[in-house]
Amino acid sequence: MAPAIAIGSAFDNGHSVSMSGDTILEASGLTKEFKGFVAVSNVDLKVRRGSIHALIGPNGAGKTTCFNLLTKFLQPTRGSIHYNGQDITAMQPADIARLGLVRSFQISAVFPKMTALENVRIALQRRRGDSFDFWRSERALTEFDDEALALLADVGLTEFSATLAGELPYGRKRALEIATTLALNPEMLLLDEPMAGMTQQDIDRISALIRRIAANRTIFMVEHNLSVVASLSDRITVLARGEVLAEGDYATVSKDPRVVEAYIGAGHA
Amino acid sequence: MATDSEMIDVVQVDRPGAIGMPMLHKAIFIGLLLLGLVAPFMLYPIFLMKVMCFALFACAFNLLLGFGGLLSFGHAAYFGSASYISAYTAKAWGFTPELAILCGTGAAAILGLAIGSLAIRRQGIYFAMVTLAFAQMVFFFSLQAPFTGGEDGIQSVPRGYLLGLISMAPDRNLYYFVLGVVFVGLLVIYRIIHSPFGQVLKGIRDNEARMVSLGYRTSRYKLAVFVLSAALAGLAGATKAIVFQLASLTDVYWTMSGEVVLMTLLGGMGTVFGPILGAAVIVTMQNYLATFGDWVTIGQGIIFVVAVMLFREGIVGVIARIIRRPL
Ligand SMILES: Nc1ncnc2c1ncn2[C@@H]1O[C@H](COP(=O)(O)OP(=O)(O)O)[C@@H](O)[C@H]1O
Ligand SMILES: [Mg+2]
Repeated sequence: MAPAIAIGSAFDNGHSVSMSGDTILEASGLTKEFKGFVAVSNVDLKVRRGSIHALIGPNGAGKTTCFNLLTKFLQPTRGSIHYNGQDITAMQPADIARLGLVRSFQISAVFPKMTALENVRIALQRRRGDSFDFWRSERALTEFDDEALALLADVGLTEFSATLAGELPYGRKRALEIATTLALNPEMLLLDEPMAGMTQQDIDRISALIRRIAANRTIFMVEHNLSVVASLSDRITVLARGEVLAEGDYATVSKDPRVVEAYIGAGHA
Repeated sequence: MATDSEMIDVVQVDRPGAIGMPMLHKAIFIGLLLLGLVAPFMLYPIFLMKVMCFALFACAFNLLLGFGGLLSFGHAAYFGSASYISAYTAKAWGFTPELAILCGTGAAAILGLAIGSLAIRRQGIYFAMVTLAFAQMVFFFSLQAPFTGGEDGIQSVPRGYLLGLISMAPDRNLYYFVLGVVFVGLLVIYRIIHSPFGQVLKGIRDNEARMVSLGYRTSRYKLAVFVLSAALAGLAGATKAIVFQLASLTDVYWTMSGEVVLMTLLGGMGTVFGPILGAAVIVTMQNYLATFGDWVTIGQGIIFVVAVMLFREGIVGVIARIIRRPL
C-alpha cells in the first residue's frame, strides 16, 4: 500500500496515478461572494480520476463561477481546492494550467486573428518554456506544424488550417478550442458548455471526440444539453443558486424531485 | 443542406505555416530602402530625417499597441528622455553620435522597465492612465533637473564624428547614417513581431485569458514588449536629438505621446507598414502647414476624428483588407 501523503511533496504532472488515489480534483467549502451576493456557496466536490463528470444546473446557478474558482481565474472567498493531492488554493491560474488542469471558456476563446494552425501551435509552443526569443525567426515554430496539423485533423479541421480562426463558423471554433486545449496534453479538462449553440451534426462529432479523449484523461464539463450529459457522463453534480443540489449518475439525478423542480422553476425542459 | 462551414467565404492567409518574410513584405522593405537612398536628392534631408525618426517612433509604439494590445499614453517619456541623454552625452561628454544614441536608447529601456513593471499590473484604460501619469512625472523632472536646460533644453548639440572618423556635419552624411539606424530599427521590429515571442504577444493581444489558461505567465511577456517598445522609441528620440542638435521639453510633453497615437491609428495600428505612412503624413502636414500656426493642430484633430470614424483600420489597414494580404 502507498504510504500516507507527504505534505508538500512534488507530484508528477504526468498522467500517472498519484498518491491521492482516485480523486483528482477536490473542492471543499468552496464559496464565492460578489459584494454580498453569494454566487457559489459552500460547494464540496470530488471528481474521480478518469471519469467524465458533468456539472449541470439552471442559468445563473454558479457553474461558470465554479470553473473560474477551480482554475483560480477568481479568488475564492472561502474554501480550498486540491488537485492531485496538492493544495492549489493560493496558486496563479497560469501555474495551475502547467500542472495539467486546463479549462475552456463558455464564450468562444479562439485567437481570432491567427490561423487555425497558429491557434494550436501556440499551445504546443508552451513546451519551449518561458522563452522570450524575439530575435529568432518564427520559422523555429515550424517544428510544431506536423503535430498541430494532426490535432486539427483530430477535430476535423484539416481543410481550415490556413483559415483565420475569427472567420470560422461557430461549431468549428469550438472544435478548434478543443484541439488547442488538447495540444497541452492536459491530465484534466474543464469544458464550459462545449456544445452550446452547435448544430446536431457538430454535437455528435464533439461528443465522439470527448469520449475518445476521455480514455486517458479526466473531464469535468458544464453542459446544458441533457441528452449529451446522459450519454457521456459517469457522474453528475447539480448546482442551483450556488449550492450542490444533488449528485449521482444520470438515473439517480434525473429522478430527484428537487432537481426536477429546480429545472422547471428556471424554465428548463 | 450544406453545412455553414461549406458556405462561408474563408480568408486564406497566404501561408499556412511560417516560411520567412513574404515576398510582398520583402518588396516593400526594398522599395522603402531604395526610396530612402534617392530621396535626399529630391527633398530636404532634415525633413526626411524627421520623417524617419517619427516613423521609427510610431513603429515602436505600434509594437506595443498593435501587437501587444497595450495602449500607452506616455510614450513621449521614452522618446524624450532618450533625446536628453543622447544630447547630453554628445555635448557634455563629447560622445560620438552612435555612442550617444546607444546611451539614450539604454536609458529609455531602463525607464521602460521601471514604469512598465508598475503599469502592466493595470488593464485597459487604467494602464493608459498609469503610463500617462509617469510620463508627466518625467516631464516635470525634465523641467526641473539641472542638466536638461529647463525651458531652453539642450541646444547646439554637436553632430560629431561617426565612430570618431566620419563627420556628421554635412546633412548628406548624417542622412545616410540615420537611414541606416532607422532601417535596422524597422527590421528589428519586424523580426520581433515575427518571432516565437511575437507569436505569444499576438495570442495575448487576441485573448489574454485564454493564454493564461494555456499556462502563459502573460505579465512577463507584456513587460518584455513594453521594454522593447520603450527602447526603440528611445532609439528614435536619441537619433532625433542628434539630427536637430537639440533636446527639448517638446520631446517629453504629453502632446508628443498623443502625436504618436495619431500617427499609428492613421496609418493602421497592428499593421507592419501603417505607422510609417502615418508618421510621414503627419510630419509632412506639420512641416508644410507650419505657417498656419494653430490650424495644424486643428487639422490634426480633424484627421484624427475622420480616421477614427471612417476607417478604424487606418490607411494601410484598409489597403490590406482590400488586397486581402497582411501589410
Ligand atoms: N464577476 C461577477 N460579479 C458579480 N456577479 C457575478 C460575477 N460573475 C458571476 N456573477 C453572478 O453569479 C451568478 C452565477 O453566474 P455563473 O457562474 O455565470 O452562472 P452559470 O454559469 O451557472 O450560468 C449569476 O447570478 C451572475 O450574475
Ligand atoms: Mg455559465
